[in-house]
Amino acid sequence: MPPVESVTQKQSADPSRRSFLAGLLAAGGAAVGALLAVPLVRFALYPVLARTTEKSWSDVGKVDEFQSLTAPVQKLVTIEQRDGWRKTIKQQPVYVTKDSQGALIVISAVCTHLGCSVRWIGEQNKFVCPCHGGMFSAEGKLLGGPPPRSLDQLETKVEDGTLKTQYQFFRPLIHTKEELA
Amino acid sequence: MADSADPRSGFRAWLDHRTGIDSLLRHALDEPIPGGAKIAYVFGSGLLFLFLSQIVTGVFLAMYYVPSADHAHTTVAYITKEVTGGSFLRSIHAYGSSAIIIVLLLHIIQTFMYGSYKGRRELVWIAGCVLLTLMLGMAFTGYLLPWDQKAYFATTVGTNILSEIPWVGNGIKELLRGGTQMGTLTVSRFFMLHVFLIPAFIFVFVAMHVYSFRKAGAAGPVTEDPIVPKLPSEPFYPKQLVMDMGFAVLIIVLLGFLAYLWPTELGPKSDPSDTQFLPRPEWYYVPIFQYLKYWQGSTALLGILVIPGIVGLLLVGLPFFDRSMERRPWKRPISVGIFTAVLLGLAALGVISHREDTRNPGVAAQLHAQREATRAFMSAKFEPELSGGSLAAENKALANPDAAKGKEIFEAQSCNACHGDNGVGTAAAPKLIGIGAKYDAAKLQSLLLHPTAKMTAGGMPTPDLKDDEMKQLIAYLQSLK
Repeated sequence: MPPVESVTQKQSADPSRRSFLAGLLAAGGAAVGALLAVPLVRFALYPVLARTTEKSWSDVGKVDEFQSLTAPVQKLVTIEQRDGWRKTIKQQPVYVTKDSQGALIVISAVCTHLGCSVRWIGEQNKFVCPCHGGMFSAEGKLLGGPPPRSLDQLETKVEDGTLKTQYQFFRPLIHTKEELA
Repeated sequence: MADSADPRSGFRAWLDHRTGIDSLLRHALDEPIPGGAKIAYVFGSGLLFLFLSQIVTGVFLAMYYVPSADHAHTTVAYITKEVTGGSFLRSIHAYGSSAIIIVLLLHIIQTFMYGSYKGRRELVWIAGCVLLTLMLGMAFTGYLLPWDQKAYFATTVGTNILSEIPWVGNGIKELLRGGTQMGTLTVSRFFMLHVFLIPAFIFVFVAMHVYSFRKAGAAGPVTEDPIVPKLPSEPFYPKQLVMDMGFAVLIIVLLGFLAYLWPTELGPKSDPSDTQFLPRPEWYYVPIFQYLKYWQGSTALLGILVIPGIVGLLLVGLPFFDRSMERRPWKRPISVGIFTAVLLGLAALGVISHREDTRNPGVAAQLHAQREATRAFMSAKFEPELSGGSLAAENKALANPDAAKGKEIFEAQSCNACHGDNGVGTAAAPKLIGIGAKYDAAKLQSLLLHPTAKMTAGGMPTPDLKDDEMKQLIAYLQSLK
């Protein structure tokens, strides 16, 4: 490159070379930016895109003990909740009961109104929520009170004579049953 | 140039009128380089680029990292094993620290050999020396943060070495550790230094370094007069900028390959009770580590304070001692000789340390075992940490069957809806942990049966329980500690 006296001379002397190099710089900058940006974006989005709470099956009890069921019975299921890099092991109450056809079902004890745990009141033959008086039938059907929908039924399966359920939380205060991740 | 027939688009002109950005850019880019652009001048901006890369990757790592002795290792394991791109970004950050040391060395060697510290450049040099120290501080503080075995023990040794400094050493050690022992306060302190304090000083000294450099001007080749340049100059933009950018691309591509092919490992969580562990610092601290082995007992003062003090003073004071304007290295045999001897000495210390480790069968076997433990930990699946609530729940159930029953009642009655799982409290109602220390069983029962006006106003219902259930619930409340 020939030596130049001043900056302005240099600019007017060789504009095409200067703009070519500017393009090269822009390309280099974009390449470096992209190389860093792609992993950074994926890194930041990980908890949004990945399912942190995987569905898992919890034991409810032996099927035999529920066969002669005449009223809903409360069981505590142990669930593991993932919260990023930590997990919480906790117990959640569920009710084992029978639907209108007499098949075993498991329903969540979480009231669909504001999330209190409903209680089975044998004398009244219904579930009553202690918080605001929501009422549900033995199958979990909404009978009255503020709740917007019936109690939520959980997925079940029987394995080696053991009733298992997939415990889940559902969005309260809406008419449809919608899973919370 | 902007007065008549302004060729810039409306927005460019508007922006320039408001900000003066064009003249700022022109001033930055048209810096004259006597003798023209050279590959030898790329190291300074390479360091700036690496520092920016460390900031970006570091900020993102902080999205998941938790600076506490309980969680640091789990969160780093989570980043490394679970989060998409986590291992890659952490590796870029870890290798980036090594790259900074390498490019710093090249930058210092170039500046020294070219005599570019001469001719009214004392402040450029001193700010550079401070930046070297700050960067070594970044490496030292960052190394602890993963809280694995090597981090824990290397920092234990590192802070113990500081305590050998006469008079103030012990104070510095305890200030850094947050006490006499390494623990969770040490992690917090190192995190604060690594993420807030040292970077803030780096910003200040980078500004001083660059400003005083631009004030003095680029020094040019070794034959150039450092004060009044005589060679024809070439502006920084575009040729030198293209070279600098090329160097930056080379750095990031190399880091990317390293991070992809050999991701940085994480060892097992620190175990202070491990008496076998042999700590080894990062490669750039090995020569100092080896050097310190020779100065124990009565000579410690000489080795740890006097000699490093003299070397440091010689380094920082270089532009004051060496006042001649001669820049050609072959005409400066004494300073170049000392500089080369120090560098070779450090390299030799590194080699000696490596040979001692490989030739001592006991040491070699232990280091091998440590590498195997790291490999085993890396190949194991990520194990999430059990939250405090879960632990409490398990312990209570074991301790007292009444309390375990009480816990079921607590949940069945939806007490946890407002008081939180395991009585941790929520916005709706206070926590119940420790309530057993405040009230005895009789008082708890009377509060449950006859809530105070404040409790009723807060929405606390009266539980409808049989006597034995009430007893179990109270047993559970008392177990919440």
